[in-house]
Amino acid sequence: MLTIVYFAWVRERIGLDEEQVARPDAGTSIADLVAMLAARGGGHAEALGDATRWRAALDLRVVALDSPIGDARELALFPPVTGG
Amino acid sequence: MKRVAVQAGDFDVATELAALEALGGGGVASFTGVVRGGGGLVALELEHYPAMTQAQVDRICDEAMARWPLLGLSVIHRFGRLEPGARIVFVGTASRHRAAALESCAFLIDWLKSQAPFWKKEHFADGAAGWVEARAEDEARAKGWIG
Repeated sequence: MLTIVYFAWVRERIGLDEEQVARPDAGTSIADLVAMLAARGGGHAEALGDATRWRAALDLRVVALDSPIGDARELALFPPVTGG
Repeated sequence: MKRVAVQAGDFDVATELAALEALGGGGVASFTGVVRGGGGLVALELEHYPAMTQAQVDRICDEAMARWPLLGLSVIHRFGRLEPGARIVFVGTASRHRAAALESCAFLIDWLKSQAPFWKKEHFADGAAGWVEARAEDEARAKGWIG
């Protein structure tokens, strides 16, 4: 299984802090995995349907959306950060 | 000296500056971010990604220490509900050279804004609330330090 954690409005629209999904093939990209999640419709589609609006981190490092999931344990999906 | 703190509670700017001054470099620069009021804002709620925040801020600090001759630096970032006038973030740097202290301080706050996993939600007096949108200008400022 792969843990996916959500933050800010991505979390609010999906209605979950985190969830477990079946581990995809190691070569599957983040963009491909998230497209499958968005295809569920509902909050997932609303939060993740537009791939220009969210960012991703794999095992606590920000990565490009075409990065393969590999053997990562945790994928995080969130809006562009607004700290400072 | 490298001090990184991610905390709900407030911090004391004078105490933080004194620790940097005590390093003896002769130059200390700092930036304090404060919640801006107005427009009916009653509070900012700062969410973060705890597992990642400390590691990411550590990496940003290591990058600053590699790029400038610093004797020390402090980065404090708060999370949770903060009202107008509350301190949000502190960056302080100490060096023997004023340019190194000033430039690294600017670098750190620019990178925190565009790289540290924090998100701000605004709460207004009429009950409305909304997430702050990232500004392209902030990302451009951070990227300006590359190269």
